[in-house]
Amino acid sequence: MSAAVHEPEPPEPRDNYLTSAYGVRSWLLTRDHKRIALLYLASINVFFFLGGLFALLIRLELLTPEGDFVQAETYNKLFTMHGVTMIFFFMIPAIPAVLGNFFIPMMIGAKDLAFPRLNLLSWYIYVVGALFTFWAIVHGGVDTGWTFYTPYSTASSNSHVIATAVGIFITGFSSILTGLNFIVTIHTMRAPGMTWFRLPLFVWSSYATSLIIVLGTPVVAVTILMVFAERVLHLGFFDPALGGDPILFQHLFWFYSHPAVYIMVLPAMGVISELVTTFSRKNIFGYKFVAFASIGIAVLGFLVWGHHMFVSGQSVYAGLIFSILSFLVAIPSAVKVFNWTATMYKGSVSYRTPMLYAFGFIGLFTIGGLTGLFLASLGVDVHVHDTYFIIAHFHYIMVGGTIMGYLGGVHYWWPKISGKLYPEGWAKFAALVIFIGFNLTFFPQFILGYLGMPRRYHAYPEEFQVLNVMSTAGASILGVGYIIPLIYMVWSMRYGRNAPANPWGSTGLEWKTTSPPPTDNFETPPVVTEDPYVYSHEEVEVVG
Amino acid sequence: MGQTLPLFPEQASTMAGRVDALYFYLLAVSAFFATLIALTVIVFAIRYRRRSESELPRGLEGSMKLEIAWTVIPLFISLSFFFWGAKIFFAMHRVPDDAVEVNVIGKQWMWKVQHADGQREINELHVPIGRPVRLTMTSEDVIHDFFVPAFRMKQDVVPGQYTTTWFEATKPGRYRIFCAQYCGTKHSGMIGWVHAMDPGEYQTWLSGGATSESLASAGAKLFQRHACNTCHRPDSLARGPNLEGLFGKQVQLADGRTLVADESYLRESILNPNAKTVAGFQPIMPTFQGLVSEEELLQLVAYIKSLSKPQASPSAQLPPSNRAAPPTPSGKENPK
Repeated sequence: MSAAVHEPEPPEPRDNYLTSAYGVRSWLLTRDHKRIALLYLASINVFFFLGGLFALLIRLELLTPEGDFVQAETYNKLFTMHGVTMIFFFMIPAIPAVLGNFFIPMMIGAKDLAFPRLNLLSWYIYVVGALFTFWAIVHGGVDTGWTFYTPYSTASSNSHVIATAVGIFITGFSSILTGLNFIVTIHTMRAPGMTWFRLPLFVWSSYATSLIIVLGTPVVAVTILMVFAERVLHLGFFDPALGGDPILFQHLFWFYSHPAVYIMVLPAMGVISELVTTFSRKNIFGYKFVAFASIGIAVLGFLVWGHHMFVSGQSVYAGLIFSILSFLVAIPSAVKVFNWTATMYKGSVSYRTPMLYAFGFIGLFTIGGLTGLFLASLGVDVHVHDTYFIIAHFHYIMVGGTIMGYLGGVHYWWPKISGKLYPEGWAKFAALVIFIGFNLTFFPQFILGYLGMPRRYHAYPEEFQVLNVMSTAGASILGVGYIIPLIYMVWSMRYGRNAPANPWGSTGLEWKTTSPPPTDNFETPPVVTEDPYVYSHEEVEVVG
Repeated sequence: MGQTLPLFPEQASTMAGRVDALYFYLLAVSAFFATLIALTVIVFAIRYRRRSESELPRGLEGSMKLEIAWTVIPLFISLSFFFWGAKIFFAMHRVPDDAVEVNVIGKQWMWKVQHADGQREINELHVPIGRPVRLTMTSEDVIHDFFVPAFRMKQDVVPGQYTTTWFEATKPGRYRIFCAQYCGTKHSGMIGWVHAMDPGEYQTWLSGGATSESLASAGAKLFQRHACNTCHRPDSLARGPNLEGLFGKQVQLADGRTLVADESYLRESILNPNAKTVAGFQPIMPTFQGLVSEEELLQLVAYIKSLSKPQASPSAQLPPSNRAAPPTPSGKENPK
């Protein structure tokens, strides 16, 4: 196989990372990246289901045109807190802090991350930030929208803007430390023979993500400080009544928050590369193109923030530049989709659950990406900007892309993480329910958006009702789809069959050790002698 | 009503058809590629499905030709979207010269509209069909956004500055106005109607509110009330620039820059006079921040603009009937 570990099935070690120590202390003071990953897994799931609950309440309100289920103020808080919890406390940490934390060291053949204590600190910082935001939610919430646009957030809103913003500010440092840790780890901790072009593509995309996190997050931190200073100290940065410029906030905010979209989706793309190769038993088609596409997205992603501001009154020429750059950033994403598809060519394609999620990702991300082209086209964006078209578009990217990748990754690596197999039949059923529920929820929103239904509307004209009912029906199906895996995953921890070291026959280093792995990951430090994804040692065929 | 399932919005402006044409092009290209990718994935998934657990397909080397093809082809298609979209965007920003001028002020949570002849409306906007209408907009509090889906028109309304946009309605009717930028509790109640009318009906509507005073004339009164005319005067006693013929002209600033005197510059010079002082004058003008409301500012701007119209005289108190027909050929009102 690709990496020369002593034997394909190493002997059962005395202890694995789950059984090496017991008790609350052994978890809360752990420096093992795998245990920290599980701490993250538990915390982000709390926020995922909390954010999902908010979404459900939003959809219930929108079942009828009148604002009759909750009050306008409550509705505004619901969509704000849905965005805040999902983006900052679930989506941004989800894949990096759970799957990245667990598997980056294992995939490069290392014992741990470069800075294990810093890694634990990251989790504590995340928890402190989350508590601030949780406090704000419990004490009445915040109603600015997750975008915190000024001067509404600094001069007009009388909800808990500061507590929420401080929570996001603090959690940002958790991201920065994790990103830093990944960058140093990938540079310095690779096993002998693990050259840059032998890195699994999940590691490449995590590396690109870390670069964005480290460069972008400080900007949003500064922006939040400025909002704080204006709201509390009345320093005029953004409010024209204090001599500020409200558009400046949008530039600063999107300078981080657009790249943040790639923080959320790049790791999922990395997961998909692992899934498609493993379940096609093929080397990835165009390894270097997929790897450099990640870096290309990371770089170009910093140059397109102005496409959120085509109708803000910024100059027409700025609009032109941001439009063309937005088209450019779509190209590397398209290249990835084509390469994943080509990887299946002449492969041995298995329909196990993780691969179903990969199929789902490719389909939904493609629709999300293509509708992004509508938004990059200036003339069309003017019409669909701030309508449900946008909502549909970014949910196809975030939910259809990132969450599909996340769930695919969790299923794929679950045998390694837990040492148990999940029930395949239930898992396939859940994947199907999620796919159907997702499309029924969000596809009608494209139509609603082009019809002109604005986002963040508590009540809406009745001609939009039928499409909203479809969307709400889809959301309830989607909700069920997300609860099923939660149940069977927890069930499998106790009742699932024991997992072998490498249930999928994958070539990744993480599958060369036992399931679950020992605390030091490998009994013997691995030495790498081959490219990743070498499934067959027969002569390589050349196409095209 | 609740049982209808509309799939496509009404087209009621000159821009609507142009936006929709690009939209359909984008839809066609997207449908093609989405189908292509989905079919390829399905065909590969079936054709190359795993037939035995032990099978190990041979590795494939990537193909440079294919990589170049699927980089370059999407790039060129994207460029076609870019140029087409940019062309429409420019048209959306190039206001025709003979446009009817309307001022819009957003505040939580209503739209206040001022017509040049002084008619005021709330959450309603009456316009003629077949004539471009230019909106000069600002906000009294937070950012709002003036959105008329049937016109494919949307523009943020930002406090502290003027934004402008325009449309030309093509058929009589009632069209929804939405606030599209989240602005607080009753954001979804900040809605209204555009009434697009035949030119004749529009004239009747205009003369219906005959008691009102034109914006320029209201502005002229404010100009005197605030004693602006003691300094801004055409004779040798002037301590401020002469405002006659100023609007739309190049202005040389004291710091060497030049700019065009537009609505935003006039507004800024009233509220923050020393930000951009005109060359040859001392920065002695006091600020009028807090002394004039957004509505009065727009009246002052309308007055200063009227000083640049050919037949206007500096002290003109234009009677409303004079301003109803703008100085364009009357044939324009009925293009067909």
